[in-house]
Amino acid sequence: MTPFHPGDRVRVRPAEKPGHVRAPDYLKGRSGWISCVLGHFPNPEDVAYGLSGMPEKTLYRVSFRQSNLWDGYEGPDGDRLYADVYEHWLEPEGER
Amino acid sequence: MSEVHPHEEVRPERSPYAARIRAMEALLVEKSVLTEAEIQDRIEYMDSRTPANGAKLVARAWTDPDFKERLLSDAKSAARELGLDATHEAELIVVENTPVVHNLIVCTLCSCYPRAVLGRPPDWYKSFEYRSRAVREPRAVMREFGFEPEEGIEVAVHDSTADARYMVLPMRPEGTKNMDEEELAALLTRDALIGVSAPQAPSRAS
Repeated sequence: MTPFHPGDRVRVRPAEKPGHVRAPDYLKGRSGWISCVLGHFPNPEDVAYGLSGMPEKTLYRVSFRQSNLWDGYEGPDGDRLYADVYEHWLEPEGER
Repeated sequence: MSEVHPHEEVRPERSPYAARIRAMEALLVEKSVLTEAEIQDRIEYMDSRTPANGAKLVARAWTDPDFKERLLSDAKSAARELGLDATHEAELIVVENTPVVHNLIVCTLCSCYPRAVLGRPPDWYKSFEYRSRAVREPRAVMREFGFEPEEGIEVAVHDSTADARYMVLPMRPEGTKNMDEEELAALLTRDALIGVSAPQAPSRAS
Protein backbone atom coordinates (compact mmCIF):
# COMPACT_ATOMS: atom_id res chain seq x y z
CA MET A 1 0.00 0.00 0.00
CA THR A 2 1.31 3.41 -0.90
CA PRO A 3 2.28 5.40 2.15
CA PHE A 4 0.84 8.88 2.05
CA HIS A 5 2.19 12.08 3.46
CA PRO A 6 0.55 15.30 4.60
CA GLY A 7 -0.42 17.37 1.57
CA ASP A 8 -0.72 14.38 -0.78
CA ARG A 9 -3.78 14.41 -2.96
CA VAL A 10 -5.82 11.25 -2.54
CA ARG A 11 -9.12 9.75 -3.56
CA VAL A 12 -11.38 7.54 -1.49
CA ARG A 13 -11.78 4.28 -3.39
CA PRO A 14 -15.23 4.07 -4.95
CA ALA A 15 -15.39 0.40 -3.98
CA GLU A 16 -18.19 -1.57 -2.41
CA LYS A 17 -17.52 -3.92 0.45
CA PRO A 18 -20.14 -5.86 2.36
CA GLY A 19 -20.37 -5.74 6.13
CA HIS A 20 -18.72 -3.36 8.54
CA VAL A 21 -17.05 -0.54 6.64
CA ARG A 22 -15.40 2.61 7.99
CA ALA A 23 -15.38 4.62 4.79
CA PRO A 24 -18.67 6.51 4.52
CA ASP A 25 -20.45 6.30 1.17
CA TYR A 26 -20.65 10.07 0.74
CA LEU A 27 -16.84 10.19 0.45
CA LYS A 28 -16.41 7.31 -1.98
CA GLY A 29 -14.81 8.52 -5.18
CA ARG A 30 -14.15 11.99 -3.68
CA SER A 31 -10.76 13.66 -3.71
CA GLY A 32 -9.09 15.34 -0.80
CA TRP A 33 -5.75 15.91 0.84
CA ILE A 34 -3.89 14.03 3.53
CA SER A 35 -4.08 16.28 6.54
CA CYS A 36 -2.09 14.10 8.96
CA VAL A 37 -1.20 10.55 9.89
CA LEU A 38 -3.25 9.57 12.94
CA GLY A 39 -1.39 6.35 13.65
CA HIS A 40 -1.62 2.61 13.16
CA PHE A 41 -4.54 0.57 14.44
CA PRO A 42 -5.92 -2.95 14.15
CA ASN A 43 -8.27 -2.90 11.18
CA PRO A 44 -11.71 -2.21 12.75
CA GLU A 45 -13.43 -3.74 9.72
CA ASP A 46 -11.98 -7.13 10.82
CA VAL A 47 -12.09 -6.52 14.56
CA ALA A 48 -15.87 -6.12 14.17
CA TYR A 49 -16.05 -9.83 13.31
CA GLY A 50 -13.91 -11.04 16.17
CA LEU A 51 -10.69 -11.13 14.15
CA SER A 52 -7.41 -9.64 15.33
CA GLY A 53 -7.33 -6.86 12.75
CA MET A 54 -3.64 -7.51 12.25
CA PRO A 55 -1.51 -6.35 10.59
CA GLU A 56 -2.31 -2.84 11.74
CA LYS A 57 -3.47 -0.34 9.15
CA THR A 58 -2.41 3.26 8.83
CA LEU A 59 -5.15 5.76 9.58
CA TYR A 60 -5.11 9.17 7.92
CA ARG A 61 -7.08 12.30 8.52
CA VAL A 62 -8.19 13.47 5.11
CA SER A 63 -9.48 16.93 4.36
CA PHE A 64 -12.12 17.63 1.73
CA ARG A 65 -13.52 20.86 0.35
CA GLN A 66 -17.19 20.94 1.26
CA SER A 67 -17.96 22.49 -2.12
CA ASN A 68 -16.47 19.36 -3.74
CA LEU A 69 -18.75 17.08 -1.76
CA TRP A 70 -22.18 18.62 -2.06
CA ASP A 71 -24.07 20.34 -4.87
CA GLY A 72 -25.15 23.80 -3.81
CA TYR A 73 -23.21 23.72 -0.53
CA GLU A 74 -24.04 26.76 1.61
CA GLY A 75 -20.86 28.34 2.87
CA PRO A 76 -17.55 29.78 1.74
CA ASP A 77 -15.00 27.86 -0.32
CA GLY A 78 -12.81 27.47 2.73
CA ASP A 79 -15.29 25.24 4.57
CA ARG A 80 -13.79 21.82 5.05
CA LEU A 81 -14.78 18.36 6.07
CA TYR A 82 -12.29 16.10 7.80
CA ALA A 83 -12.74 12.35 7.97
CA ASP A 84 -10.51 9.58 9.26
CA VAL A 85 -9.84 7.09 6.48
CA TYR A 86 -7.83 3.87 6.55
CA GLU A 87 -5.07 3.28 4.02
CA HIS A 88 -6.93 0.52 2.20
CA TRP A 89 -9.68 2.98 1.28
CA LEU A 90 -7.29 5.52 -0.24
CA GLU A 91 -5.56 5.72 -3.57
CA PRO A 92 -3.35 8.42 -5.06
CA GLU A 93 -5.51 10.91 -6.96
CA GLY A 94 -5.49 10.08 -10.66
CA GLU A 95 -5.00 6.33 -10.26
CA ARG A 96 -7.85 4.16 -11.46
CA MET B 1 -35.83 -12.42 34.58
CA SER B 2 -37.29 -12.12 38.04
CA GLU B 3 -35.31 -15.19 39.16
CA VAL B 4 -32.10 -13.48 38.13
CA HIS B 5 -32.76 -10.18 39.88
CA PRO B 6 -34.76 -11.21 42.90
CA HIS B 7 -34.02 -8.08 44.88
CA GLU B 8 -34.34 -5.64 42.10
CA GLU B 9 -37.33 -3.66 41.10
CA VAL B 10 -38.40 -4.46 37.60
CA ARG B 11 -37.20 -1.66 35.36
CA PRO B 12 -39.73 -0.41 32.84
CA GLU B 13 -38.95 -1.76 29.37
CA ARG B 14 -39.48 1.14 27.04
CA SER B 15 -38.75 -0.58 23.79
CA PRO B 16 -38.09 -4.01 22.32
CA TYR B 17 -34.38 -3.06 22.32
CA ALA B 18 -34.41 -2.43 26.05
CA ALA B 19 -36.12 -5.78 26.58
CA ARG B 20 -33.50 -7.48 24.44
CA ILE B 21 -30.64 -5.86 26.33
CA ARG B 22 -32.16 -6.91 29.65
CA ALA B 23 -32.44 -10.47 28.36
CA MET B 24 -28.80 -10.46 27.20
CA GLU B 25 -27.70 -9.03 30.53
CA ALA B 26 -29.59 -11.77 32.37
CA LEU B 27 -27.99 -14.44 30.19
CA LEU B 28 -24.47 -13.07 30.66
CA VAL B 29 -24.96 -13.09 34.41
CA GLU B 30 -26.50 -16.56 34.34
CA LYS B 31 -23.55 -17.91 32.36
CA SER B 32 -21.09 -16.17 34.71
CA VAL B 33 -19.59 -14.03 31.95
CA LEU B 34 -20.36 -10.92 34.00
CA THR B 35 -21.65 -10.23 37.46
CA GLU B 36 -24.39 -7.79 38.40
CA ALA B 37 -21.78 -5.87 40.39
CA GLU B 38 -19.54 -5.50 37.35
CA ILE B 39 -22.41 -4.21 35.27
CA GLN B 40 -23.34 -1.76 38.02
CA ASP B 41 -19.70 -0.60 38.32
CA ARG B 42 -19.54 0.01 34.61
CA ILE B 43 -22.80 2.00 34.64
CA GLU B 44 -21.48 4.10 37.51
CA TYR B 45 -18.22 4.66 35.66
CA MET B 46 -20.12 5.78 32.56
CA ASP B 47 -22.36 8.06 34.60
CA SER B 48 -19.35 9.63 36.30
CA ARG B 49 -18.16 11.06 33.02
CA THR B 50 -20.01 14.23 32.12
CA PRO B 51 -19.47 17.35 30.01
CA ALA B 52 -18.14 18.97 33.21
CA ASN B 53 -14.92 17.05 32.55
CA GLY B 54 -14.52 18.56 29.11
CA ALA B 55 -15.36 21.98 30.54
CA LYS B 56 -12.59 21.61 33.12
CA LEU B 57 -10.06 20.84 30.40
CA VAL B 58 -11.10 23.86 28.36
CA ALA B 59 -11.15 26.24 31.32
CA ARG B 60 -7.63 25.14 32.25
CA ALA B 61 -6.49 25.59 28.64
CA TRP B 62 -7.95 29.12 28.60
CA THR B 63 -5.98 30.09 31.69
CA ASP B 64 -2.75 28.16 31.12
CA PRO B 65 -1.15 28.42 27.66
CA ASP B 66 1.29 25.57 28.32
CA PHE B 67 -1.56 23.28 29.30
CA LYS B 68 -3.42 24.33 26.17
CA GLU B 69 -0.46 23.29 24.07
CA ARG B 70 -0.35 19.90 25.77
CA LEU B 71 -4.12 19.49 25.40
CA LEU B 72 -3.86 20.10 21.65
CA SER B 73 -0.83 17.86 21.14
CA ASP B 74 -1.67 14.98 23.51
CA ALA B 75 -5.16 15.29 24.95
CA LYS B 76 -5.07 11.99 26.81
CA SER B 77 -2.10 12.86 28.94
CA ALA B 78 -3.37 16.42 29.45
CA ALA B 79 -6.62 14.89 30.73
CA ARG B 80 -4.62 12.71 33.11
CA GLU B 81 -3.05 15.83 34.60
CA LEU B 82 -6.53 16.85 35.75
CA GLY B 83 -7.27 13.37 37.06
CA LEU B 84 -9.44 12.38 34.09
CA ASP B 85 -8.95 8.88 32.76
CA ALA B 86 -9.20 8.85 28.97
CA THR B 87 -7.36 5.59 28.41
CA HIS B 88 -10.51 3.91 27.09
CA GLU B 89 -10.57 6.12 24.03
CA ALA B 90 -8.52 4.93 21.09
CA GLU B 91 -7.34 8.45 20.28
CA LEU B 92 -8.56 11.68 21.78
CA ILE B 93 -8.05 14.80 19.72
CA VAL B 94 -8.95 18.33 20.70
CA VAL B 95 -9.54 20.77 17.84
CA GLU B 96 -9.22 24.47 18.49
CA ASN B 97 -11.65 27.16 17.40
CA THR B 98 -9.85 30.29 16.25
CA PRO B 99 -10.78 33.61 14.67
CA VAL B 100 -10.53 31.83 11.29
CA VAL B 101 -12.05 28.40 11.89
CA HIS B 102 -14.98 26.94 13.83
CA ASN B 103 -15.03 23.18 14.40
CA LEU B 104 -18.03 20.86 14.56
CA ILE B 105 -18.03 17.17 15.55
CA VAL B 106 -20.20 14.41 14.14
CA CYS B 107 -20.07 10.68 13.53
CA THR B 108 -21.94 9.82 10.36
CA LEU B 109 -21.39 6.07 10.68
CA CYS B 110 -22.74 5.60 14.18
CA SER B 111 -22.36 7.67 17.35
CA CYS B 112 -18.61 7.90 18.09
CA TYR B 113 -18.19 10.53 20.76
CA PRO B 114 -15.44 11.57 23.20
CA ARG B 115 -17.13 9.74 26.08
CA ALA B 116 -14.08 9.92 28.35
CA VAL B 117 -14.42 13.69 28.55
CA LEU B 118 -18.08 14.33 27.71
CA GLY B 119 -19.88 11.22 28.95
CA ARG B 120 -22.68 9.73 26.92
CA PRO B 121 -23.79 11.49 23.74
CA PRO B 122 -27.15 13.26 23.70
CA ASP B 123 -29.90 11.58 21.70
CA TRP B 124 -29.86 14.21 18.99
CA TYR B 125 -26.16 13.51 18.34
CA LYS B 126 -27.08 9.91 17.54
CA SER B 127 -30.09 10.85 15.41
CA PHE B 128 -30.05 10.12 11.71
CA GLU B 129 -31.00 13.74 11.07
CA TYR B 130 -28.00 15.26 12.87
CA ARG B 131 -25.60 12.70 11.45
CA SER B 132 -26.66 13.33 7.88
CA ARG B 133 -27.16 17.09 8.08
CA ALA B 134 -24.07 18.05 10.11
CA VAL B 135 -21.80 17.07 7.23
CA ARG B 136 -23.98 18.40 4.45
CA GLU B 137 -25.28 21.66 5.91
CA PRO B 138 -23.35 22.36 9.11
CA ARG B 139 -24.19 26.06 9.03
CA ALA B 140 -27.93 25.40 8.92
CA VAL B 141 -27.60 22.93 11.79
CA MET B 142 -25.72 25.47 13.91
CA ARG B 143 -28.34 28.13 13.18
CA GLU B 144 -30.97 25.76 14.52
CA PHE B 145 -28.93 25.57 17.72
CA GLY B 146 -29.05 29.37 17.79
CA PHE B 147 -25.47 29.90 16.72
CA GLU B 148 -23.89 31.42 13.66
CA PRO B 149 -20.11 31.78 13.21
CA GLU B 150 -19.06 35.34 12.55
CA GLU B 151 -18.55 36.48 8.98
CA GLY B 152 -15.27 35.19 7.56
CA ILE B 153 -14.95 32.20 9.87
CA GLU B 154 -14.62 28.91 8.04
CA VAL B 155 -16.39 25.81 9.28
CA ALA B 156 -14.47 22.55 9.69
CA VAL B 157 -16.61 19.46 10.24
CA HIS B 158 -14.91 16.42 11.78
CA ASP B 159 -16.54 13.13 10.92
CA SER B 160 -15.28 10.65 13.54
CA THR B 161 -15.25 7.71 11.15
CA ALA B 162 -12.56 5.59 12.77
CA ASP B 163 -10.41 5.38 15.89
CA ALA B 164 -10.16 9.03 16.90
CA ARG B 165 -12.65 10.91 19.07
CA TYR B 166 -12.87 14.67 18.81
CA MET B 167 -13.70 17.47 21.21
CA VAL B 168 -13.82 21.19 20.43
CA LEU B 169 -11.75 23.77 22.30
CA PRO B 170 -13.96 26.87 21.94
CA MET B 171 -12.63 30.42 21.93
CA ARG B 172 -12.65 32.18 25.26
CA PRO B 173 -15.44 34.77 25.15
CA GLU B 174 -14.63 38.46 25.42
CA GLY B 175 -15.27 40.05 28.77
CA THR B 176 -14.15 37.07 30.85
CA LYS B 177 -10.72 38.39 31.77
CA ASN B 178 -11.44 38.48 35.49
CA MET B 179 -13.05 35.08 35.73
CA ASP B 180 -11.32 32.18 37.44
CA GLU B 181 -11.15 28.64 36.12
CA GLU B 182 -14.30 27.53 37.86
CA GLU B 183 -16.33 30.46 36.57
CA LEU B 184 -14.99 29.87 33.08
CA ALA B 185 -15.89 26.18 33.21
CA ALA B 186 -19.45 27.18 34.08
CA LEU B 187 -19.72 29.01 30.73
CA LEU B 188 -19.08 25.81 28.82
CA THR B 189 -21.97 23.68 27.67
CA ARG B 190 -21.85 20.25 26.15
CA ASP B 191 -23.12 21.76 22.89
CA ALA B 192 -20.16 24.15 22.74
CA LEU B 193 -17.75 21.25 23.19
CA ILE B 194 -19.40 19.45 20.26
CA GLY B 195 -19.30 22.68 18.27
CA VAL B 196 -22.99 23.27 17.55
CA SER B 197 -22.75 26.44 19.60
CA ALA B 198 -20.17 28.68 21.26
CA PRO B 199 -19.83 29.86 24.84
CA GLN B 200 -21.10 33.34 25.68
CA ALA B 201 -19.91 35.67 28.38
CA PRO B 202 -22.65 36.33 30.92
CA SER B 203 -24.41 39.61 30.27
CA ARG B 204 -23.26 42.43 32.52
CA ALA B 205 -26.78 43.30 33.60
CA SER B 206 -25.94 42.77 37.27
